[in-house]
Amino acid sequence: MTIQFRNETFRNDFTYANSPGNIPRFPFPFPEDVYMYSTNVEPHHATRAGSPFEHAFDVDEHYVAEMKDRALVLADDPGRCQALPHMETAGWDFVELVMVSKARDYPDLFELTIDGDRWHWINKPLQIDDTFIFGDSSALPCHPMEYIGRQVQGDHAILDQRDGNLWLDAGIITAQADWSLDFDVGMNFFEWHAPVPLAHELGVFQRALKFLLSLPQGQPSRRLNWTLTVNPRLDTSPENYPKWGPDRTTVTPENIGEKIHLRVELQTFWRLPRSNAILFPIRTYLMAMNEVVTQPKWGRRLHRVMRDLRPELVEYKGLSRYHPILVEWLSQFDDGAPTSPGIFPD
Amino acid sequence: MSASDHLIPVVVSKVVEVNSIIKRFEFKHIHGNELPAFSGGAHIVVEMLDGSTKRKNAYSLMSSPFERGQYAISVRRDDDGRGGSKFMHEKVEAGMKMNISAPVNLFSLDLRARKHLMIAGGIGITPFIAQMAQASELGAPFELHYAARTAAQAAYMDSLQDRFGDNVTCYCDDAGGGPDLAELLSDQPLGTHVYVCGPKGMIEAVVKTATDLGWPAAHIHFEHFLSPPVGQAFSVHLAKAGIDIAVGPEQSLLEAIEASGTPVNCLCRGGACGQCETRVVTCDGDIAHNDHWLDDDQRASKQFIMPCVSRFRGERLELDL
Repeated sequence: MTIQFRNETFRNDFTYANSPGNIPRFPFPFPEDVYMYSTNVEPHHATRAGSPFEHAFDVDEHYVAEMKDRALVLADDPGRCQALPHMETAGWDFVELVMVSKARDYPDLFELTIDGDRWHWINKPLQIDDTFIFGDSSALPCHPMEYIGRQVQGDHAILDQRDGNLWLDAGIITAQADWSLDFDVGMNFFEWHAPVPLAHELGVFQRALKFLLSLPQGQPSRRLNWTLTVNPRLDTSPENYPKWGPDRTTVTPENIGEKIHLRVELQTFWRLPRSNAILFPIRTYLMAMNEVVTQPKWGRRLHRVMRDLRPELVEYKGLSRYHPILVEWLSQFDDGAPTSPGIFPD
Repeated sequence: MSASDHLIPVVVSKVVEVNSIIKRFEFKHIHGNELPAFSGGAHIVVEMLDGSTKRKNAYSLMSSPFERGQYAISVRRDDDGRGGSKFMHEKVEAGMKMNISAPVNLFSLDLRARKHLMIAGGIGITPFIAQMAQASELGAPFELHYAARTAAQAAYMDSLQDRFGDNVTCYCDDAGGGPDLAELLSDQPLGTHVYVCGPKGMIEAVVKTATDLGWPAAHIHFEHFLSPPVGQAFSVHLAKAGIDIAVGPEQSLLEAIEASGTPVNCLCRGGACGQCETRVVTCDGDIAHNDHWLDDDQRASKQFIMPCVSRFRGERLELDL
C-alpha cells in the first residue's frame, strides 16, 4: 500500500485534515460509553490490518507534514530535545528499534542495510540516505535520539531505570498535550506525574511503575490516552501557551465541529536492550469533531462520555470553557441506541 | 506477564569445564539468528526439561553485550540444590536444544557513574564479566576486586587479568584473603558507584561498610545469588483459580503455580525483584520466607509470600491467585 502524504499545516492556517479513508483507522480511545482512569495496558502486538496497531511504529498520511512541524518547533526552541549525558546508549537503542521496525514494516518507504557496524539507512518520504557507524555519534549531525526522533511521528521520552524507579532523562517532545520536557527532565515517575488528579489515590501510578520496571525486552505494551484540542495544533506546550491558550475562547456552537479535535495518544512502552532504559513513544492522532461523528458509533459514544465526565477531569484536561456547548452539540448525534463494545467503528 | 513466557529456542554450542565445580555453557540461536542485545548485569532464564520436571533457573550472562552471535553463562554445581545446576552439569551437552528467556537486567550499571567499582565473590563474578566488557567499550573507568576461596576455584581470574589488566585485582582466601573493604571504599573519587555480587556475607559487608562511610544508598548496588532452596513437599490452594496444587521437594512454589497454568508475574526467580509478590488469603502454618524482598512486618503478618523462593509448612496455605 502506498501512502499519499498530505501537504498540510498544524499552525497558522491549519490545513490539517483526515482524508475520508483515514477516518476509520483513527484510534478512538473509548471502548465503553463511560470513561474513567484505568491502567489500560495491553500487549503491543500487531492487531487488525490497516489499524494504527498493525505495526510497531505507525506511519500514516500525516508523516511528512508532522516531521516538518517538528523541525519548526526545534528551530524555535532547541530545549524541546534534551538528553542527559548518560543517555547516549539509549539514543542508539532508539535508532536501532525505529530503523529495524520501519524497514521491516514499510519496505517500500524505508530501507536498512547492516554490514557489521556500518549501517545504511534510506528514508524515502523524507529523502534521507545516510551511512554511519552504529554507536559512533560523531558520524551523525546530532544526538542519535534527535536524529531518529526527527524521522518518527510522535513525541519520544526515554526513561532511565535505576533505584527501583524510572527517570525522565531524555526526550524529543514537540507535540505535547501541555507538559514540558524542560520542566520534567531528570524527574522520576512520581514527580512528573504529580499534577495528575485522582490517579494517585487510585494507586494507578504504583501499579503502572511496577509494570514498567518489569517490562521485558521484545514484549512492548500500549495504551491510549486522550484530551481535546482547539484547532489541529500539535505543539500545545506550556512554553507556547500564549499562542494556543486563547484558542479556547474562539469556540462557538457554530464552529465546534471543525474547531474541536479529539486528541488521542497511542502510548507504547519498549524495553531498550543496551541501555536497559524504556522508550516511551507518545504518538498523537488528531480528528475534528465533524470527522469523528461520521462514524455513528463514535458520535453516540463520545456524547455519553463527555456528558458524564467527572468534573476533576474536565478541569484537568482543560475543557471547562467549552465543555457544556460541546456536550450540547454532540447530543444531536446520540439517538440513545446501544453501542457495540470496543473502539473500532461498526 | 514475564520474560520467561516468550522463550528463545537455542542450541548449546559449547560446554567448557572451567574447573572442578564450574562449567560454562554457550548458546546460539537455533536458526543462527542474532540473539537480543543486552546490557551488562543481565540474566537469562534457562528452561530445563528433566524428564517430567520443568525447572527454570536464572543465570547471569557473562558474554560481551556486544556479541550477538552467542550467549555464555557459567553454572556452579550445587549438589545440595534443587537439581538445576546438577542437570546442567550432568545432562547438558553441546548440540542439545534448549529454551532461554530474553535478557532481563536487575543489576545494571548506573551509566551516570564517574567510576564503577565492582566487587565479586566466587561465581558472583559472571555479571561483572559482561559489565566490564560494556564499561570498557564505553570508555567508563572501572575497577574489579574479585575474591575466591582458592586459586583452583577462581574461575576466569587469569583471563580477566589478561583482558582488563590493572583494572582487575584478585584475592584468594588461601593466599591472604579478600579485599580490605574499609580501605577500598574510603578512597574512591566522588561519583563512584559500587556493585557487589557474591555470598550473602560479602554483600552485607560491602553494603554496611559503604553505608557507614557515608556512601549514598543510590550508589550501592548488589545482586544476590538467585536460587530457590529445596524443602519438604507441601500443597497450596489457589483461591481465584479454585485449584489445589502440590509443590515437590525440589520444585519451587512458583514452578508449581506455572505448571498448573495459573498466570503469575515473575522476573528474577530468586526473591529479589518483587514481581511475584502474592497475597496470602489463609495461612494455617509457617511460611519460610527465603526472599530478600519483604520487610519484617510483612513477613510477620503472613499476608504476603514470594513464590519464587519461599515455602510452606503447616495445615493450609491459600493464595490470592
